Amino acid sequence: MTLAIDVRGLNKSFGDKHVVQDVSLQVEEGKICGFLGPNGSGKTTTLRMLCGLLTPDSGEGTALGLDIITQANLIKRRAGYMTQKFSLYEDLTIEENLQFSARIHSLDRRKQRVDQALERLGLIERRGQLAGSLSGGWKQRLALATATLHEPKLLLLDEPTAGVDPKARRTFWDEIHALSAEGLTVLVSTHYMDEAERCHEIAYISYGRLIARGTAQQVIENTHLVTFNGEGPGIDRLSVEIGQLPGVAMAAPFGQSLHVSGTDRAALETALAPYRRAPFKWTQVEPSLEDVFIRLMETSEDNFK
Amino acid sequence: MNGFSATRVLAVMIKEFKQLTRDRLTYAMMLAIPVVQLLLFGYAINSEPRHLPTALMVQEDSVFARSITAALKNSAYFDLVAQARTPAELDEMVRRGEVQFAITIPGDFTRRVARGDQAQILVDVDATDPSATGAAVAALAALPQQALVNDLKGALASRGQAVPPFEVIVHRRYNPEAITAYNIVPGLLGIILSMTLVMMTALSVTREAERGTMESLLATPVEPIEVMAGKLAPYVFVGLVQTAIILLLARFLFDVPMMGGWLGLSLGVALFIVGSLALGFLMSTIARTQLQAMQMSMFYILPSILLSGFMFPFRGMPAWAQALGEVVPVTHFLRVVRGALLKGQGVEDMWRELLALTAFVCVVTALAMARYRRTLD
Repeated sequence: MTLAIDVRGLNKSFGDKHVVQDVSLQVEEGKICGFLGPNGSGKTTTLRMLCGLLTPDSGEGTALGLDIITQANLIKRRAGYMTQKFSLYEDLTIEENLQFSARIHSLDRRKQRVDQALERLGLIERRGQLAGSLSGGWKQRLALATATLHEPKLLLLDEPTAGVDPKARRTFWDEIHALSAEGLTVLVSTHYMDEAERCHEIAYISYGRLIARGTAQQVIENTHLVTFNGEGPGIDRLSVEIGQLPGVAMAAPFGQSLHVSGTDRAALETALAPYRRAPFKWTQVEPSLEDVFIRLMETSEDNFK
Repeated sequence: MNGFSATRVLAVMIKEFKQLTRDRLTYAMMLAIPVVQLLLFGYAINSEPRHLPTALMVQEDSVFARSITAALKNSAYFDLVAQARTPAELDEMVRRGEVQFAITIPGDFTRRVARGDQAQILVDVDATDPSATGAAVAALAALPQQALVNDLKGALASRGQAVPPFEVIVHRRYNPEAITAYNIVPGLLGIILSMTLVMMTALSVTREAERGTMESLLATPVEPIEVMAGKLAPYVFVGLVQTAIILLLARFLFDVPMMGGWLGLSLGVALFIVGSLALGFLMSTIARTQLQAMQMSMFYILPSILLSGFMFPFRGMPAWAQALGEVVPVTHFLRVVRGALLKGQGVEDMWRELLALTAFVCVVTALAMARYRRTLD
């Protein structure tokens, strides 16, 4: 097994804010790794350190076998990076943006590659349209095409689907899976649980620290969370009341139902006993990734705040 | 309509005020500009220059010659900085711009004064900038009446009573009719190039940073010098087109004489365009927003207009202001343009200015490269 990303003990501070603390991360070649964590947890900073946009204060490691500190320029040739904010030239056309990317990477067969990318995107007809006039979903797909035009071996995506509608997100992820099937390693940060579940593995970062790692299933199991789903009229209104009970880690309403989770089964059962009456109906369910993440977020707050 | 609400006005006003104070650089500029500019230009600008460098060629050693020399010194308009031995040497000094005035007291001066035979002093003026020499030339008019008052005694006492004992012949070289446009129009070339080119490139990098495209650009293998060369190249072309337009208008609309010096002029224009663009690029690596970049270029333009000799005579400024003016690249560019067009100076006459412009290009490029960040750190 070859590691596309192998970094240890990364640290980065801005002023007195320690944004990334001792982050170690290994991603196998050809895998899609979901990078999760609350806002401001250091995801963007970590991605930027991996592609040479930021220099770590300490730590070491490699991306694509190249040292992230001394060989950042070589990494830039072989990695693709898609920023959180749309960062193509809005006053250039779709085709001109692709051409710019092709030239800046000194690619051969430029016209052919640009045409292929346009075809893949289905934008042949609209090649002369200004990039700024595209809708959010199309912009992201164009940005992806631009970031992968030079056939990188590693792709770093920073919240690529933020603010994009579900259908466009689906298309975007289909493209990522197609790229991954060709051997590309992808590290993608996201806030969407359905996207996290589409990754081969996930890494959860909070307050600059990596606190959970593995497949979605492993992460769920490792938190040892017990979750009950309550149904019945008005049960969602009880979330605050139930959430404050001892033994309940959290209670989150989901439409007409309520997810109540805790790590201690006995304590949770005791807390819920008074509510085991009509018209409420309780069933134990598998905790969702979302339950797990909210739990992780809360515990890490306790530990590091 | 829901009327006029003072609270709403206040809401907008308070917001504006807070935003203004939050942008430190803008705030500092707004306070610093009036103070710096007032002190600088209030003391530096003088539209009636004195102590102009003057070369003297005295072809006879006489009491009269010494008296005239003394009178010139006393007038405070002329600083005698050089003595020439031949007319050719004197001519060179004016052409190179080393002196503003070249005064010749001919060999038969004493004899002619004594005989009352049209004694003359020749004054060659470098009149490329009419405003620099106007007051000094006016002062020359009083010279014949006063310079020899103490020497004309005894038998010569009658000389200089009815008619002055000698006349001053003034040759306004390069611009005999004292047409201001001849001086201003070539100067405008420097100002227009500075105003447009510095600002254009100053905005170019900050615009990328503001729009977020910089992050993508930095993630590519592109090198700083490649970014700079690529960003500057289109504007070099713009600068050349501007130069061509200005020179054509200068020739056909303003009849500005063009004496030659095309090689020196071309070199000067090329260096100045590249230097101005590089300066704009340097500014853009310092400014965080396009607004700040604009302010910085404004801060550069003002001394370029006021301290370079474009608007006010360079030699009219006090020594400290002249020293500051020497640091302004436009100063050297103006000397190249005016020297080439009005005086037909060749490269051999203006190599110092070309060297200064070369230094400008090198220093600014080096600084810009040192400042340009490959990372977002």
